[in-house]
Amino acid sequence: MNITLKVWRQKGPNSLGKMETHPMSNVSEDMSFLEMMDVLNDKLIREGNEPIAFDHDCREGICGSCSMFINGEAHGPGRNVTTCQLHMRSFKDGETIHVEPWRSAAFPVIKDLAVDRSAFDRIIQSGGYVSVNTSGSTQDANAIPIPKHDADEAFDSATCIGCGACVATCKNSSAMLFVSAKVSQLSLLPQGKPEKKERVIRMVDQMDLEGFGNCTNTGACEVECPKGISITNIARMNREFLSSNLTSK
Amino acid sequence: MFQFDIWLVIGVAPCTFTKYRKTMRKTGILKSSLSKKYAMALTGLFLCLFLVGHLLGNLQLFIEGEAGRVAFNEYAKFMTSNPLIKIMSYITYASILFHVIDGFLLTIANKKARPVKYVVEKGSRNSSWASRNMALLGTALLVFIVTHMMNFWWVMHFGDMPVHKGVKDLHTITTHFFNPHENAMAGAATLLYVFAMVSMSIHLHHGFQSAFKSLGLDHPKYNSTVKFMGKAFSLVIPSAFASIPIFLYLTQA
Amino acid sequence: MLDSKIPKGPLADKWSKHKNDINLVNPANKRLIDVIVVGTGLAGSSAAASLAELGYNVKSLCFQDSPRRAHSIAAQGGINAAKNYQNDGDSVYRLFYDTVKGGDYRSREANVYRLAEVSANIIDQCVAQGVPFAREYDGLLDNRSFGGVLVSRTFYAKGQTGQQLLLGAYSALSRQISKGKVNMLNRHEMMDIVKIDGKARGIIARNLITGEIERHSAHAVVLCTGGYGNVFYLSTNAMGSNVSAAWRAHKKGSFFANTSFTQIHPTCIPVSGHYQSKLTLMSESLRNDGRIWVPKNIEDVIAIREGKKRPTELSEEERDYYLERRYPAFGNLVPRDVASRAAKERCDAGFGVNKTGQAVYLDFSSAFFRYGKTEALTRGIKDASQAEILEMGRAVVKSKYGNLFDMYKQITAENPYETPMMIYPAVHYTMGGLWVDYNLMTTVPGLFAAGEANFSDHGANRLGASALMQGLADGYFVLPYTIGDYLSDDIRTGEISTDRPEFVEAEKNVKSQIAALINNKGDVPVDDFHRRLGLIMWNKCGMSRNEKALKEAIKEIQELRQEFYARVSIPGSSNDFNPELDKAMRVGDFLELGESMCLDALARDESCGGHFREEFQTEDGEALRDDLNYKFVSAWECKGVPSDAKLHKEDLVYENIELKQRSYK
Repeated sequence: MNITLKVWRQKGPNSLGKMETHPMSNVSEDMSFLEMMDVLNDKLIREGNEPIAFDHDCREGICGSCSMFINGEAHGPGRNVTTCQLHMRSFKDGETIHVEPWRSAAFPVIKDLAVDRSAFDRIIQSGGYVSVNTSGSTQDANAIPIPKHDADEAFDSATCIGCGACVATCKNSSAMLFVSAKVSQLSLLPQGKPEKKERVIRMVDQMDLEGFGNCTNTGACEVECPKGISITNIARMNREFLSSNLTSK
Repeated sequence: MFQFDIWLVIGVAPCTFTKYRKTMRKTGILKSSLSKKYAMALTGLFLCLFLVGHLLGNLQLFIEGEAGRVAFNEYAKFMTSNPLIKIMSYITYASILFHVIDGFLLTIANKKARPVKYVVEKGSRNSSWASRNMALLGTALLVFIVTHMMNFWWVMHFGDMPVHKGVKDLHTITTHFFNPHENAMAGAATLLYVFAMVSMSIHLHHGFQSAFKSLGLDHPKYNSTVKFMGKAFSLVIPSAFASIPIFLYLTQA
Repeated sequence: MLDSKIPKGPLADKWSKHKNDINLVNPANKRLIDVIVVGTGLAGSSAAASLAELGYNVKSLCFQDSPRRAHSIAAQGGINAAKNYQNDGDSVYRLFYDTVKGGDYRSREANVYRLAEVSANIIDQCVAQGVPFAREYDGLLDNRSFGGVLVSRTFYAKGQTGQQLLLGAYSALSRQISKGKVNMLNRHEMMDIVKIDGKARGIIARNLITGEIERHSAHAVVLCTGGYGNVFYLSTNAMGSNVSAAWRAHKKGSFFANTSFTQIHPTCIPVSGHYQSKLTLMSESLRNDGRIWVPKNIEDVIAIREGKKRPTELSEEERDYYLERRYPAFGNLVPRDVASRAAKERCDAGFGVNKTGQAVYLDFSSAFFRYGKTEALTRGIKDASQAEILEMGRAVVKSKYGNLFDMYKQITAENPYETPMMIYPAVHYTMGGLWVDYNLMTTVPGLFAAGEANFSDHGANRLGASALMQGLADGYFVLPYTIGDYLSDDIRTGEISTDRPEFVEAEKNVKSQIAALINNKGDVPVDDFHRRLGLIMWNKCGMSRNEKALKEAIKEIQELRQEFYARVSIPGSSNDFNPELDKAMRVGDFLELGESMCLDALARDESCGGHFREEFQTEDGEALRDDLNYKFVSAWECKGVPSDAKLHKEDLVYENIELKQRSYK
């Protein structure tokens, strides 16, 4: 198949970027989107040009590195997939495909399509953990039975890969889905309960400091989330933040 | 900070919040993005209640003849004199003001959160138009509220009002407003009111159930009920409101 | 010369005795000691977090944009632990025994026993951190079975166990970062080890955003930099996984052990075209329920390849369930090396079922019916139709492996609920790595290696769900003890200046290497060389090896390496975000490692585990081990170019296990 690629090029965080057009021919339908980008980069290098910089690593949809806004959607038109698992068969022959970086004040562009998502790390550092030291003598793993339903729900929230698609796709660049997924995972499990109040307050504070926008409950994040994380988590965090503030000392 | 002052000046922040102001870490609940959402939700839901009350009164415009005129004017008098209602009305004004200012601040923050726009963005693939345009719809409603208050509230309070049976005759003001023989702009006014109610319907369609989510009121057992109530509310209330100017215009044309 | 420092005494007491015997550093002194941990996978994150908790000043590096993205995240199936929750006869000894046997008797008894011993603690620790393992309806932890064992001891979190464990370790790490005990350097890559007076005293690192070369000093350096399967270009590793840190350490004096021991995983999605950049694993857990087969008759194979026949049209008699045929005791759950070789054997004989002839079927239809029948009975439906049973069975399988089936469909555009999956072996893990002693220290004092980066626990073949176990065991429960023993001598050393001539010299070397690459006005992209290297490795040093091919490979790699430095083209500059340059540095190291792997394979005239030399096999094609001559760890000392490396042998002593010909029949 033949496609026309319009890719965002930006030299560095402070430079102005622009869209660059690259016609591509003989693209195989079985290629992943990133393999198509590899082919383009190979061509660019052979022509003596700088290849397009983009983040990627595992290429199996779990590391959360890849981050492309394709044809107006985070991770492209597929549902429950990351860019690396998006295949060219999802596009039509002759289609023009726009590729842009995640756009958010909290995710400054490093170069071309690569952005800095360390804001997410700082949010986790602010409280996204259980304060337990390494010890060979924690209690036995089966000492506290956890209802299967709670464990499954915690797992579903915990599957977040931290890719930032929720922020990229939210019209307000809100990080609520990301933050609430971690808050939910830990507050659903008995191990996370002791620090529940502190955690939500600190994580929301950090989220605000990073310059993310606010949640309008549009639900776009849950649609575009490659792991299908539900916005129920957001409501849970709203509830916990409120009750924690009203009851903590 | 500017935002913080607004909260104190307006003073509608639930007073329990202030108690924790000093103990909060970096930002404090008053300035937290989530608190702004709670305020949006609370004021929004309160305004929904107001809409019900306002509608119930206005429906008296459907009563024909002298009886309707008396009933509506009595209602108008009651609404401007009863101390309890007065308090409620101040809360309503404050809520509107707050909802507007808070919404404005949120919108500014949201715009700042994405300084460079996408070249191509397909919001329709993942969210409803209403949810993406609450600010736009809200602005339309604000314009409407201002005109609406100039048309009636201002006249009632400060204007030169006709008197009927000892009370200010708001009924005549209202019916004449939508009467093409009395008011050359009646047609346009009716259209404006209907348009405003369409905006309100869309605003409520998302806003009603979103308010519940913002307050954390979310449970798989009740979510469908909330959603249904939101849909019903956003359809019934605005259409009932809109039917009044249409009725007045058509019956008097 | 090689001292593995295995403590004396009975096997079961070695670790606890050792812990009691070694030196400790008092808490006040720990504050005066700096440790650098390179890599943030399971081993790196857990080590950095645990060391910081103890009080050391830790600096942690990862080349990814966040420590959470290390490739441990992609491990699917599970983590082993000798908890015996299922009451099926599991024990520390049995896990130890299975691991040594699975590794084809090429691992150290003492290390493996310690691994089995601490395995139970890992599960406790992770649960305490909030890792959401799968649970039963009673609220207790669930287990499943993996290849090469006869018990259910694998803990899991759907098909995302590695992710959940890594996020647990990452959260522990994040907690220490927030306390200022760990200085986290994202998007930083280690370029070289700095040695002062023979001890590892720091590293040279490159900031991948700015290209800046940085000096970092420490009293000890820990490498948790993963495996080097990417030398094959196509593998289940992440694109960025590399050998560079370990290889640079090797060049600075650390011996590299069992270099050629590579695990080829039997269940991966086959290659689809020349543009392919990576291979995707389908978890081994699928072999619990899937049956592997190819057609019995070559005519059917041809018809399927031409699209004239569909696999579902073949009757049971027309199918060859070759694993069940050859290994009735373990069937589809034979260890990975055995399953991979069996698939290769069938495909080499012409029975491969896709266009390239390199795929076999993994079929769930019997599982659908088996689960469907049980489900129908549980629901009280006694006269369910075949279609209903199939429907119910599919639902059960979906609940177990849904995400894997979706992933398969996403990649291949085929629905695995309706047609059998096509799979083929792919490079997955490297058992080889930096040689370490019982304390996880390499031959360079003060330089430690943990996780996949070291060679120690898996012998010649790793059992499923053991990599996660080893990474976390090393990081949480071994290194924090053993490193203290070494550092107890350093309480008076004080801060190490990065102005020392050794740092200056190392930095200068790194800078000149980078300059040479970036100024090379070549015409061929890095990936081109990487692909060609991968092909040589796969064909000649892959699932089966022979002397002739290995010798050819060595020559070809040497030539390729020369061509690489003459013709590689790297656009852009070195003081900028430049992924091509990062790649070039890594491929340069792979081009040396590849040759070393071939040399190691050539030096081992036997077949064992993942190392299969065609010259050494039994009559029915099984690996033929030579315990008399090759019961050792090969540890290579760098003497310049790979071909000059010197082989040292660490004899493996088996005091508790009787060496047997491994049989899964």
